[in-house]
Amino acid sequence: MSITYLEAIREAQFEALRENPNVFLYGQDISTFGGAFKATKNLSREFPGRVFDAPISEDAMIGMAIGAAIEGARPIVEMQFADFSSVGFNQIVNQAATLFWRTNTTCPITIRLPSGGTPGSGPFHSQSMESIYAHYPGLVILSPATVEDAYWMLLESVKLDDPVIFCEHKFLYYHLKAEGFGEPMPIGKARIARPGRDATIVTYSAMLHESLRAAEELRIDGYEVEVVDLRSVKPMDTDTILASVARTGRLLAVGESFPWGGVTAEVIARVSSEAFHLLDAPPMRLNSKDTPIPYHPNLWKSHRPTTANISSALRQLLRY
Amino acid sequence: MPVTETSPIIATAPQSELRDDYLKTLRCMILSRTLEEKLGSLYRAGGRIVGGVYLGRGQEAFSAAAGIHLRWGKDIYGPLIRDQAGRIAYGEPVLDTMRTYLGAVTGPMRGRDGNIHRGQPQKGYMAMISHLGSLLSVVAGALFARRLQGRLGDTAGATSIGDGGTSTGAFHEGLNMAAVEKLPLVVSVANNQFAYSTPTSRQYACENLVDRAVGYGVAGHSVDGTDLLACMQVFRTAFENARAGQGPQMVVGRLLRLGGHGEHDDASYVPDIKKHEHEGRDCLIVAQRQVIELGWATATEIEDWHKNARREVDKAQAQASKEPTPDPYRENWHALSTPELVEGMNE
Repeated sequence: MSITYLEAIREAQFEALRENPNVFLYGQDISTFGGAFKATKNLSREFPGRVFDAPISEDAMIGMAIGAAIEGARPIVEMQFADFSSVGFNQIVNQAATLFWRTNTTCPITIRLPSGGTPGSGPFHSQSMESIYAHYPGLVILSPATVEDAYWMLLESVKLDDPVIFCEHKFLYYHLKAEGFGEPMPIGKARIARPGRDATIVTYSAMLHESLRAAEELRIDGYEVEVVDLRSVKPMDTDTILASVARTGRLLAVGESFPWGGVTAEVIARVSSEAFHLLDAPPMRLNSKDTPIPYHPNLWKSHRPTTANISSALRQLLRY
Repeated sequence: MPVTETSPIIATAPQSELRDDYLKTLRCMILSRTLEEKLGSLYRAGGRIVGGVYLGRGQEAFSAAAGIHLRWGKDIYGPLIRDQAGRIAYGEPVLDTMRTYLGAVTGPMRGRDGNIHRGQPQKGYMAMISHLGSLLSVVAGALFARRLQGRLGDTAGATSIGDGGTSTGAFHEGLNMAAVEKLPLVVSVANNQFAYSTPTSRQYACENLVDRAVGYGVAGHSVDGTDLLACMQVFRTAFENARAGQGPQMVVGRLLRLGGHGEHDDASYVPDIKKHEHEGRDCLIVAQRQVIELGWATATEIEDWHKNARREVDKAQAQASKEPTPDPYRENWHALSTPELVEGMNE
C-alpha cells in the first residue's frame, strides 16, 4: 500500500498519541477540522481530549507547550505554515531553547513547521525557516526528505527531551509516496541518497529530489554525482559530508531557503575549514534568490533551485 | 454578577480570618526589604554583584500578598522583576537569591543566568526570561498539562506583569488563551506608573487597566497596592475564585515604584509630586502602622522581625560569599539534554 509524506506525518502523530498519554496536539484548526493540510485528520476522534484547537496566537501556543512540557507533557504544536512561526519566534529561541541550559529542566516539545514553496503560495506561505532556528543553541532542527524519515523522525522527535523544530516540506505532502515506512535511521546522521565519485551534492528536504534528478541528468554525460541528504540540519553530520567530499573532491550545497548565511553556507564553511585539502574545486552553493518568495508560478520556478540550475551548477563545478 | 469587580472587596473576608496570613506576609515583606537593601548596597559598593540589581521597593505588599496564597511545590508561580517579596512568600529560600546575585555555582541558575531570572521550573517555580508577557502562557501551559494529566486538583498558577508589560502581544495572547481554556490563573498587574522611564500616558489609552478584564472574559479586581490588608483580601478572593474553577483572575494594583528601574537608574524622571500622592506611600511603613492599629503586633515585635531578617540575610550572604563561582573549564557547554545530539561530541 502506498503512503504519502503527509500520511506519514499523520501516522507518526497517531502512533505518538497511542504510545504515550502525555502526548497531545495543539494547533490552529487541527481538531475536528483535521488541520489546514489534514495532517491531523481524524486524530481528535481517535484520541478524544488530546487534540486541541488553538487561538491564532503563535506566541501563546509555543509558550503554552513549553509550560506543559515542564510539567511532563510532550506536546506537538502545529504551526499552520512555517512562516507564521515568526510570531512565536521569541518563545522558541528565548524560552524553549534556553530552558534546559538555564534551569536543567528539559523541554520536550515538537514544533511542526509546514515549510517550503509550492506554486502560487507566495511570500508568506512558502518560507523555509530551518536556518533561522539552527542559529540558536538549544534546538534540534530536522528536515525529512522522504516518507520514511517523515514518519520515523517525527516519532523520534516526540521522544526526545529537547525542543525539535520539525521542518516538513509542503511540496512533498502529496507528491511523495513510498510503499511503507521502512526502517528508522538515527537522528543526527546524514544519508548517502545516491553514491557517486565525481562530485558531492549536500542537500535536504525537497531539494533532495531536485538534486537526485540533476544527478541523473549528469549520468548521461558520464558523471557519477553523490547526493548526501542531511536529514538533520542541526546537529549536522559533518563526518558523512567530509567522507563524501574525500571521495569526490567537489562540493555543491543546495538549499531552498534564502541565500544569506544558512545551512548551505554552514556546509561550505565546515568543508572549507576542515577539509580544504580535499577539494579539487572551489565549493559552490545554490539557494533561492535574495527576494521574497514570488506568488506567480512562472516567477516561483525561477526563484528556487530546480533540477535545471542544479545540473548547470554541477557542470560548472565539474569543469573547474 | 458583573465580570469586573471594581467595588471595594473589604467585606469579603473578615479581618480576623486574615490575621495569621497577614502577619506571615508582613514578615516576608520585611525580609524582602532587608534583603533588597543589602543587594542594593552590595551593588553600590561594586565588585560583589554579578550584573544588575532590580528591586521591588514599594511593591512588596502587592507581590507578597499574591505569593502567600501559593504553595511551594504544589502551585505554579511565574514571578517577574519586582517580586522578591512574592518569591519569599511563595517559599524560595533567601540563600537562593544571594547565590544567584553573587554568581555562586551552587545557586539554582549555576551562574548560567542571573538575578531575577532565577527559578526551578521542575518544582513549578518558573524562571522568567527578559521578554515581558511571555511567561503568562508558560504558566498557563503548566496548568493545562496538569488538567490533561488529571492532577490539577486545587492547583492555582500565578504570574505578574507591570503596566508596561500589558502592552506586549505576548501578554494579550497569553491571557486570551488562558481565558479560553478557563485555567486557574491569577495575573497580578502592578501598575507602578512607569515602565522604566515611560509613564502610563504613553503606555495605554484606556482609563483603567482593570477595564481590560471584561474584554478578555476574565474577572478583574482593582486594589490599592500600598495597603497590605486590601491586597490580602483581594488576592484571597482571586485565588479562591481561580481554584474554584472560575477561570483567570486579573488583579490590578495601583502603586508607585519607589526606586529606579534597576539600581543603575536614579529615576530622575519621576516627578516629586508623584511621590507625595497616595500611591507613593511606602507599603511597608503603611503595613507596620496598620498591624499595630489592628492590634495584631507591637512595635517591639516588628523590631524583632527586622532583626531576624537582618540576621537571615547576613547569614545567607556569608554562606553564598564563600561558595564557588562557576568554572569555565568544568562547564560542559551543552545546550541540549541529549548528549549524542550535541554537535562536536563525536569528534
